[in-house]
Amino acid sequence: MTPQSSFMVLAPILPSCEGELRGLLASMNAAPGRVDVNNPLIPFAEFDTLHFARLIILDDTTTEDVRAHGLPVRIYPLYLAFLGDCDGDEDAFLREASTRAPDGLRAIFSCCDGFTSDADLVDWMKARRCPAIANYVNWRGRTVARIREEAALWDAISGLLASNVPSFQALSPPEIHAKLREFVQAETSAGRLKLSPESPTPFGGWMTDKLHLVGVPLLLLLFLPLLVVIAPIYILLLRRLEKTDPEICPTADQAYSDALSLIEDHDVTNQFSAMGSLKPGIVRLLTVIGVLGTVDYAARHIVRRGRLGRIRSIHFARWVFLDSGKRMIFFSNYDGSVESYMDEFINKTGFGLNMSFSNGIGYPRTNWLVRDGCLDERKYKEYLRRHTLPTQVWYKAYPGLTAVDLERNTRLRDGVERSSLTGQELREWVALL
Amino acid sequence: MKSGKIDYGDVQGLVRFGYKRMTQARYDLLRVKNATAARAWLRAAPVTTAVSMDPPPKTALQIAFTAPGLRALGLPESAIAGFSHEFRTGMATESRARQLGDVGSNAPEWWAWGGRSKEPHLVVMFFAEPGHFESLVEICTGAAWQEAFEPLVPPLGTADLDGIEPFGFVDGISQPQIDWEQSKKTSDPQLDYTNIAALGEFLLGYRNEYGKLTERPLLEPSAASEGLLAAADDSAKRDLGVNGTYLVMRQLQQDVRGFWEFVNGQSGGNPAEAAKLAAAMVGRTTGGDPLAPVRDEPIPGVDPQDAAANQFTFDQDPTGSRCPFGAHVRRANPRNADFPGRPANFLKKLIIMLGFGPRGFRDDLVSPVRFHRILRRGREYGVEPPPATPPTADPERGLHFICLNANISRQFEFLQNAWIANTKFSGLSGESDPLLGNRQTIPGCPVSSDFNIPAEGGLRRRVSGLPQFVTTRGGAYFFLPSIRALRYFAALGDG
Repeated sequence: MTPQSSFMVLAPILPSCEGELRGLLASMNAAPGRVDVNNPLIPFAEFDTLHFARLIILDDTTTEDVRAHGLPVRIYPLYLAFLGDCDGDEDAFLREASTRAPDGLRAIFSCCDGFTSDADLVDWMKARRCPAIANYVNWRGRTVARIREEAALWDAISGLLASNVPSFQALSPPEIHAKLREFVQAETSAGRLKLSPESPTPFGGWMTDKLHLVGVPLLLLLFLPLLVVIAPIYILLLRRLEKTDPEICPTADQAYSDALSLIEDHDVTNQFSAMGSLKPGIVRLLTVIGVLGTVDYAARHIVRRGRLGRIRSIHFARWVFLDSGKRMIFFSNYDGSVESYMDEFINKTGFGLNMSFSNGIGYPRTNWLVRDGCLDERKYKEYLRRHTLPTQVWYKAYPGLTAVDLERNTRLRDGVERSSLTGQELREWVALL
Repeated sequence: MKSGKIDYGDVQGLVRFGYKRMTQARYDLLRVKNATAARAWLRAAPVTTAVSMDPPPKTALQIAFTAPGLRALGLPESAIAGFSHEFRTGMATESRARQLGDVGSNAPEWWAWGGRSKEPHLVVMFFAEPGHFESLVEICTGAAWQEAFEPLVPPLGTADLDGIEPFGFVDGISQPQIDWEQSKKTSDPQLDYTNIAALGEFLLGYRNEYGKLTERPLLEPSAASEGLLAAADDSAKRDLGVNGTYLVMRQLQQDVRGFWEFVNGQSGGNPAEAAKLAAAMVGRTTGGDPLAPVRDEPIPGVDPQDAAANQFTFDQDPTGSRCPFGAHVRRANPRNADFPGRPANFLKKLIIMLGFGPRGFRDDLVSPVRFHRILRRGREYGVEPPPATPPTADPERGLHFICLNANISRQFEFLQNAWIANTKFSGLSGESDPLLGNRQTIPGCPVSSDFNIPAEGGLRRRVSGLPQFVTTRGGAYFFLPSIRALRYFAALGDG
């Protein structure tokens, strides 16, 4: 299995170069919200291992919200973030990027603080890496290459069925299965289809993963006595904060919201970037670290592939701390409109939303951390819209395909590769076609 | 926070009644020519309330405003800012058009009304039983009306097709039942589909399915706002929204000839096959019988007398072999609950919540429907169709689609975007609503004009190349105010 990794390069933008940078980023799009995959700066189409990527200016318009907690407003630099999700090792991707798009990356990064024309691109990017505190991958091990092979399989089988309706409709499910297996075997031998076997898991990655799987619970076990002692105090403190923390959920500015809408819904999948300041104090910090640590661990070792709780529409997501835990940013790639995304979250995984986002300043009031909060739907939606950032450049390697499409194609392939299916399996498999 | 008992006398009647017996109706899309005269006309307008009368009235008059219309009447921006984003920006923005499927020939630039250049200020709706229509219109559209308004387009007429919509199907069979008594417990997860919807889903100022009050303009108390009710969630403020709601109006032109020609063509001219295909596309026969099996247990909010038409969910049809996943009624109302598979206890719920519930391909893909219901109040226009044969001459006809909802983005827009127009609804691919879809492609999806009919234990039937049968010809978002809010609008600018 080839594991997926995420990368994020973060650099402050030189104030004098902001306009130039915005121009450069805009030049990478064919139209607002639609990247030109062959754009000369970063020709995304040439990357075979890149699932999603984005370039975004982290222009947080909510930094003054800290006043509600009696904190002074801090002036942060305007950051540029270049992030994405790729197959294999993060460093390998950065190296590939610096060979495929050296001039484009240099042009972009020259608008950032600390970039010199003689800088080594890979070293420069590595030095500005910003790792996620929690990461979610819809289907660990499914590479871009595999997604494309399986999509071609779906297209080929759909095409075959469409042009041979009467002959296939006369067949029983086992016959359909056998005939399609024959077809796929013929197509693969003729080189028209390719279903590459899963590559072996790199030993280093496998080892790290297993150590993580065992190590985190061990560490927790080690600290368990301490956790038991502080738990009651922690709960008391958290309950007090929950009841008193201010809500800041004004109606999002119409022009701001409209500008976000302009770059949404150009594909079946959308990008989402939301940013804000975290609530002050150790209790909130521990909460967010504990919750997101759990999310990360569960996403890596526990959740069923294709699902995040009940949600099946997220391809990749991550939570990142900025400015040493003072601010947090959330990125995701999800299917459907932003309204359906929010509704799905509220109605299916409201508790998860509350746990992970209620530590942000202004979040609608929660109750025992998991209840209420986002179930005040209007407030929550305004809160989130206000914290959403426009994403200047966004790339997806498989336009038109939702995460559910990818799962269907994978299920189709699994069935094709098995010589026999049991009754129920066979019925479900034929129903996919 | 306590929402009070409903005062039907403050609610426009359309929220409670469809006025079915008033078979004549007309919608006048107007622009305010003279604000003073418009307010004077409003003061005198005999607007019908939701009070149940015996004998029932013979006529009804309803009025709703767009955001530019409220502005034209003199409502200050600070009050307009209290309405929802969707209402304030309107139906025809570029982004919204993309979400609603109003692209290609549906695009607002081709609309007969609505959109940037042809935005109505208000719609006045006349309803009457036969013999009373002319007098109602005459009373209302005298000299004061002439001075106040100018028509944006000629009045939109409606046709009495006796409950049949232009394609030939019985229409308006399924409607949510409003919980006027506000007795529904909305905070608990709902394990079974119910047809009862919280009052706050259809009327502002009451608890919705989340147990919350939807945002609406709350005004500072003043002499002018004295006639308005106090807000249930902020007694210091006056509630301009309570007992009002949003009214979505869309003129949907139906290509009846194209529909039946296509269906007949696909069926080799066999009328029984054609009827079967048409029914599969709708999810009901032309007579209104559901394709999904009717169940024995009653459904809350479904009249037992109505069981044959509405006592069903799709749980009894998980493979879609009775009613296709993409059928219009299955998209428009998936009839599901908050959880799949009716988890009996907390542990089972938790298992589902954490993502370890049913693992079938289509399990749990569709959002719980109770947050996405609409109240349909539309009427047909154009001539009566011959049921299954393509008419020779094909004059314009269709539906003046009207629906009421308290939250346009969560109700109408969600339904239209995520369920009707979505080519990926319920794990499908390459098809949108077989009746309403615009058949436009999006990057990476070269086809959206299929329709798939699953078959039990065999290969599904795929119908390809569906033409566009329905074209959006106009549309706008309106606010249907309470009687008190109407009076408030009518008094704007006084003093």
